[in-house]
Amino acid sequence: MSVIKVENLTHIYSRGTPFEVTSLRGLSLEIRRGEFYALVGAAGSGKTTLAQHFNGILAPAGGSVRVCGIDVSNRKLSRELWRKVGLVFQQPEQQLFEETVFDDVAFGPRNLGLSKAEVVERVVDALRLVGLDPDRVGNMSPFRLSGGTRRKAAIAGVLALRPEVLVLDEPTAGLDPLGRRQLMDSIEYLRVERGITVVLVTHSMEEVARRAGRVAVLHKGRLAMEATPREIFSKAGELRDLGLDVPATVRLMLGLQAGGKPVRADMLTVSEAAEEIARLNSEYFKAKTSLLF
Amino acid sequence: MLSDITFGRYIPGNSLLHRLDPRTKVICALAAAVAVIIAVNWYGFILLAGFAFISVALSGLSSKTCLSGLRSLWVLLAITFFAQVLLTPGEVLLGHGALKVSREGLEAGSRIFMQLALLIMFASLLTFTTSPVNLTAGIESILSPLKRVGVPAHELAMMVTIALRFVPTLLAEAEIIMKAQRSRGARFGSGGALERVKSLLPLFVPLFAGALRRADELATAMEARCYRGGAGRTRMNSFVLDLPDYVAIGVSIAVLAGSAVLRIL
Repeated sequence: MSVIKVENLTHIYSRGTPFEVTSLRGLSLEIRRGEFYALVGAAGSGKTTLAQHFNGILAPAGGSVRVCGIDVSNRKLSRELWRKVGLVFQQPEQQLFEETVFDDVAFGPRNLGLSKAEVVERVVDALRLVGLDPDRVGNMSPFRLSGGTRRKAAIAGVLALRPEVLVLDEPTAGLDPLGRRQLMDSIEYLRVERGITVVLVTHSMEEVARRAGRVAVLHKGRLAMEATPREIFSKAGELRDLGLDVPATVRLMLGLQAGGKPVRADMLTVSEAAEEIARLNSEYFKAKTSLLF
Repeated sequence: MLSDITFGRYIPGNSLLHRLDPRTKVICALAAAVAVIIAVNWYGFILLAGFAFISVALSGLSSKTCLSGLRSLWVLLAITFFAQVLLTPGEVLLGHGALKVSREGLEAGSRIFMQLALLIMFASLLTFTTSPVNLTAGIESILSPLKRVGVPAHELAMMVTIALRFVPTLLAEAEIIMKAQRSRGARFGSGGALERVKSLLPLFVPLFAGALRRADELATAMEARCYRGGAGRTRMNSFVLDLPDYVAIGVSIAVLAGSAVLRIL
């Protein structure tokens, strides 16, 4: 069942001014409930613009977007979409404003009109999900934290809304490796355990390879490809033409292929790649030993 | 949307107005501004509107673009117009009780409306056709005789450029922050007076924090490239006044003189 349905979507920024820019040109796609959907594309391909249609922040200039059955061009209804769709913007740490981390994370739940106890419960839960200790950082000013911690607090602010659909615009850009892995683990946990739909805008092909169920590749405001990561990353040449690349593991296997080794290239994770290389090794060993006897 | 505001922005082009020396354009804009301020009657406004019309034609920009400056400031125009109309005492034309429209009010209102509209027009023409770098250079060059009496001409000009440069950036940032807070259910400008002010905190706190951070980064970046103010600084392009510049300055001064003469009529 599709939770987001985009049909023939067009978007134009600053329409009617000299700064007019067409960002999306007739794009169609569907995102199913509970899936992990990745949006990739070179800078300026329209990923962010598309993501901002998902919670009614932007309205289509042409075509339609339906999210949870709500048409986002209906301004009255789309204003309420924030209750269902959580959107984590790029560099969300720059939007913190409250005196304490707790209050900032509580901003959304309070706007939902929840009781005090429920707000506390959600804030504590959201902070733990992003790997922050509510007792330690809750009372601190967000402006005194490190960049990475502020990022986590800002993401907690969206998670505390308990959205059905979570849209994240490059959430891990600028985080340290451990922070990245923790954040992606929490998102995966939310999807598997609480059944939320995840839409991830990212430049990290490794994240796509490890986590995504399906990937959409945008190019100049159009849908260039849509498939599983395995299918997408088997087309390394096409991806490079679109200004993208394949994960390091696929690059490694392609390198082995180029060196004449009979390996499969579509290895999405390090362990898959390791297995494939081990298989190659054992076959090589077998071949050698059979020559001996 | 906020980023659609064109007022104060530069629109690249290659028209006669774009090619004029920035100093010429600053002087012409100043002359036009003074002419607008001293104009009191319709003769003056017609002269100035004509001047504005010719300038727009020479700028190569569409009239729609030129009027967009007015459109983004229409609230200001409307408020000043109605405040003048309703608050000036005099011969009552219509209305009763506290709301009275007087003949004097209507006159004062249209006068201030015309003056503001023309000022915005000339100011936007200046920024539309002059890149920030050239604008600063022009201002600095005009102010440079004052350096001898201790006026920091270069620093003033640099401040103006940086301020102009960051208007679109801050507007874009304000828009992103508004979107982000709306995504968490923020409502801007609704409810009672106190609520309204409070509802703007989620916008202004991050916006100012961002502006301060940006200022700090910019200062560091400038220092890292050994920026030390105006002392001993040279330019890549030197400006030379050509015939069109002299004509433009001549016409502007004529308009200024005309406005002064028409005032007496």
